[in-house]
Amino acid sequence: MARINLEHIRHAYGAKPKSEADYALKEVHHEWNDGGAYALLGPSGCGKTTLLNIISGLINPSEGRILFDGTDVTHLTTQHRNIAQVFQFPVIYDTMTVYDNLAFPLRNRHVPEAEVDRRVKEIIDMIGLGGWAKKTARGLTADQKQKISLGRGLVRSDVSAILFDEPLTVIDPEMKWVLRSQIKRLHKQFGFTMVYVTHDQTEALTFADKVVVMYDGQIVQIGTPAELFERPRHTFVGYFIGSPGMNVLPAEIEGNRAAVGEQSIALSFQPKVKAGAKTELGIRPEFISLGREGMPVAITKVEDIGRHKVVRARFADRPISIIVDEDGEIPAEPRVSFDPKAINIYADSWRVGEEA
Amino acid sequence: MEKTWNNKAWFMVLPVLVLVAFSAVIPLMTVVNYSVQDTFGNNEFFWAGTDWFMDVLESDRFWDALTRNLIFSAIILAIEIPLGIVIALNMPKKGIGVPICLVLMALPLLIPWNVVGTIWQVFGRVDIGLLGRTLAALGINYNYVQNPIDAWVTLIVMDVWHWTSLVVLLCYAGLVSIPDAYYQAAKIDGASRWSVFRYIQLPKMKRVLLIAFLLRFMDSFMIYTEPFVVTGGGPGNSTTFLSIDLVKMAIGQFDLGPAAALSIIYFLIILLLSWIFYTVMTTSDAQG
Repeated sequence: MARINLEHIRHAYGAKPKSEADYALKEVHHEWNDGGAYALLGPSGCGKTTLLNIISGLINPSEGRILFDGTDVTHLTTQHRNIAQVFQFPVIYDTMTVYDNLAFPLRNRHVPEAEVDRRVKEIIDMIGLGGWAKKTARGLTADQKQKISLGRGLVRSDVSAILFDEPLTVIDPEMKWVLRSQIKRLHKQFGFTMVYVTHDQTEALTFADKVVVMYDGQIVQIGTPAELFERPRHTFVGYFIGSPGMNVLPAEIEGNRAAVGEQSIALSFQPKVKAGAKTELGIRPEFISLGREGMPVAITKVEDIGRHKVVRARFADRPISIIVDEDGEIPAEPRVSFDPKAINIYADSWRVGEEA
Repeated sequence: MEKTWNNKAWFMVLPVLVLVAFSAVIPLMTVVNYSVQDTFGNNEFFWAGTDWFMDVLESDRFWDALTRNLIFSAIILAIEIPLGIVIALNMPKKGIGVPICLVLMALPLLIPWNVVGTIWQVFGRVDIGLLGRTLAALGINYNYVQNPIDAWVTLIVMDVWHWTSLVVLLCYAGLVSIPDAYYQAAKIDGASRWSVFRYIQLPKMKRVLLIAFLLRFMDSFMIYTEPFVVTGGGPGNSTTFLSIDLVKMAIGQFDLGPAAALSIIYFLIILLLSWIFYTVMTTSDAQG
């Protein structure tokens, strides 16, 4: 259990990075609170795994320092950092039994055999492989193997942090849900710091207290699920979180109004935008209301997805999505209005606040 | 359900069958033919039954040569397999070093057997060879022509030089197929260097090691060219292996009957031992 500080970490896989683009991980400066549950969310190749491997010590960062509870561990090996990590694809020692696989990390650290037995039995029941304890791990299915990998990560109760690198990718959906809630329960019970990499937004949002969204080698926003939903700091977060993602429309800012095409939309604040910046208006499909009042739109498609409908439409010659209740009517001459409080303004893709 | 027989398939394999018959079965049957008959030339044959087999099995010459073969194979396996594993573990995994090491490793394998023999025959000579002269200059009394131990050492060092590469290349192929995640997980689990070898690398190399072991056993048990070139089976009979004895018997003395019987016994021993090794190693694999 530890507080983890990343101080100005940057990493490039090449030997001599020349430009910003050579860095797989651009500057990351962040504190992970002791006992926090973080989800690291982002598309493939955005640097999530690199960041995770830097924390666990599998990769030495090109620049910057890592502190665990204030102690510099930048140059400590993985073994000395007391960290558990679970990988995307199952890693098992296939000549060992299931039991020995789970006992391996404990025995390597010379934990007394009685304690090993107690811990392993607890974990083996949790992952539901009780009947397999004495069998060799070789003949198991992919998701059983992944459960063992997961178990090896969870078996050490004294770790500073547990890092999960998309561990449930190969597990089938039903089991996914069970394992997720068990991990959550263990987190509550032992209070280890948890970093969970995923590209599945529902997984991230249900799992974590704080979601860290990464894009193109940098952290674009850290926040609670609600913050990410209501106030995306970057248009990428807007697109990536939510289904469908946020509507982002090119807009001209004039005082406390935004002009999108020929429409002028009232804002609840007066954004201060630097001259020459590319300005955009972002609004989530949930905050657009469809009715007989407001600005004209042309509906192209209606998708019924159960509890609500997604209406695809063209507004000011741009495609937008609108979420309408299941029984909400769609008028013949549709018009839309935007909830002013839910509008975000972006300059060069970054959100502009009232005070900025 | 009735099984359908596709007789056309026979026509497809027929050419191969004919080829195998000519290249393997017919010569082998000729040997069987010689082994149970006696001939005094003139194409006259007399039935000899199992006499030649009994003669061979009762001769000290056969048992001595067989013992030498077994000792030789045991020694070179005991050296080449561990040495091959150690070298493979220490080979670079990426970068410019990989092709360099692979080419260096492959070189001895590309040299014909009799050339290898000639190289070491000259290399070890006390009068002109680099090794022989150097050892003499260091005051070590080394002479593979007169001293049986020296002759054995020369043959073993030569075989290790020639064939360890094969074990290295096979093990290396096994090692590079291990995904990085295994090494990363081992680090996370706090595994020692030995544990990584014992639980990750060795299990992944098991299959190729079995192949390496069988190949090296069969080849070393059949060794002929190199000792023939280097020592000619001497000094005395100290490096006369079964193969060398066989040639002496068949071509030197023209005892075709006993030579044929010895050939068959030799062949059966190799077959039997290979089968035993294979069975033992694969069943332990299935249980393990």
